Amino acid sequence: METERTFLEYLRHISENLSPLDFLLIYDNLGKFFEGALVTLQLTILALFLGGLLAIPMAIARAYRKPGWSQAIWGYTYAFRGTPLLVQTYLFYFGLGQFEAVRNSFLWGPVLSDPWWCVLIAFTLNTAAYTTEFLKGAIETTPEGEVEASKACGMSPFTRMRLVVLPSAFRRALPAYSNEVIFTLHGSVIASTVTLQDLLGVGRWLNGRYYLAYEGFITAMVFYMGIVFLISIAFRMAEKRYLRHLRPHEADPSAQANATI
Amino acid sequence: MADQQAKPDAGLSLQVTDLHKSYGALEVLKGVSLEAREGDVISMLGSSGSGKSTFLRCINLLETPNAGTIAVHGEDIRMGTDRHGVFKPTDAKQVERIRSRLAMVFQSFNLWSHMTILENVISGPVHVLKQPRAEAIERAEAILQRVGMYERRDYYPSHISGGQQQRAAIARALAMEPEVMLFDEPTSALDPELVGEVLKVIRSLAEEGRTMVVVTHEMGFARDVSNKVIFLHQGLIEEQGHPSQMFSNPKSARFRDFLSNTRH
Repeated sequence: METERTFLEYLRHISENLSPLDFLLIYDNLGKFFEGALVTLQLTILALFLGGLLAIPMAIARAYRKPGWSQAIWGYTYAFRGTPLLVQTYLFYFGLGQFEAVRNSFLWGPVLSDPWWCVLIAFTLNTAAYTTEFLKGAIETTPEGEVEASKACGMSPFTRMRLVVLPSAFRRALPAYSNEVIFTLHGSVIASTVTLQDLLGVGRWLNGRYYLAYEGFITAMVFYMGIVFLISIAFRMAEKRYLRHLRPHEADPSAQANATI
Repeated sequence: MADQQAKPDAGLSLQVTDLHKSYGALEVLKGVSLEAREGDVISMLGSSGSGKSTFLRCINLLETPNAGTIAVHGEDIRMGTDRHGVFKPTDAKQVERIRSRLAMVFQSFNLWSHMTILENVISGPVHVLKQPRAEAIERAEAILQRVGMYERRDYYPSHISGGQQQRAAIARALAMEPEVMLFDEPTSALDPELVGEVLKVIRSLAEEGRTMVVVTHEMGFARDVSNKVIFLHQGLIEEQGHPSQMFSNPKSARFRDFLSNTRH
């Protein structure tokens, strides 16, 4: 308790005398920022997860040029990659409610009248569009010889996809996917424009409430940087694990099993 | 088995009849037939463009022939014309089953690069033949021991030499317990000093009585190991027979030329 009081006194001292930022106010509202971070992370992770699930069959249909499907999916990805995420979010949040049929449908009450769901749907469809296209590219660059080897040993198309094509494509797409994850996180600030209290939403709320210029935004920024830092660490670890076969061989794998790297 | 038509001979491991294959106007195979009894080691020779690799790839339907029949142990691969008029196999499941009985070894190894050597070897047995994983690993390790790759079982393909990759690919083929092994120029992509270790493995497989069809440029292998040599020229069999006769006393002028061009 003793140290906390001195810490707070210290904060008050710099905030009042030395710094243009009010650290004490930020400290008092940290809990809110963590709540905001939770909303941001929830939306980002769910959108990435659902978008990724959607992207896999769509990328397969595009890569193998399934007649009809491929063109329809291309149209969808073109629309969602060619328009701003903000516009897409507005369309779901403000646009859908204009239709009587939508307001009367069973989805209106629990889902479409709720900004959280509108944002999640927009984010999911947006990230699915980007993921579909680069996953399609990764599927198409699967070495032909490896595909032939899986045919030659009698694998069914499904087994071939599951064992050879997708694992190989996911690995090739991994470095590009880290960008997509970070862009989705950054894009999630749009949630704050439709009343959601995500990280940026909390920052805006703080600024608005106390007539501040920076405190809310700078705190949100630090939180975003922290999350991006964690994401890049996660991807570095994933690349280390899954892209082992692309790096020069450093150590005897039998030694690798025992030793920590 | 009992009620099939007379044509495919169940005593033959592999029977290919009158295979034709064209790419557009280019006719690569103009009616090539082959019969392999159990234990036969058939070498297919020919200059590049003679159609020998295409023929091998047609046998397990990596290429679809335009006409002809293929039978494995008397089971005819059902082929027919689809509604677009394209000749192709009509039963995908049958093709998968037949492929699992005909293991193929490729010129460029084609190991699955994201899997370790051991995973490469057990994938077919576990996911195609539905063997229990533990059993498949046990058998894979014995096979890897045999081709001298046991110590490298946890390596990725990109971390070992071409000769080692090809021996691992042979192990992958062996793990399927194939009735016929198809080798598509297995040593052509290797540095000269690595050819020997791979040929030694293939030779030992031939000696234990495995049925195999080998497309090769290795004259020594064709002469010493195989019991039948087929020489293809421009999509047709120019000459075939026992290597002792063919190499000492070639009948066709083209095979004579081919031999004199490759023997130095």
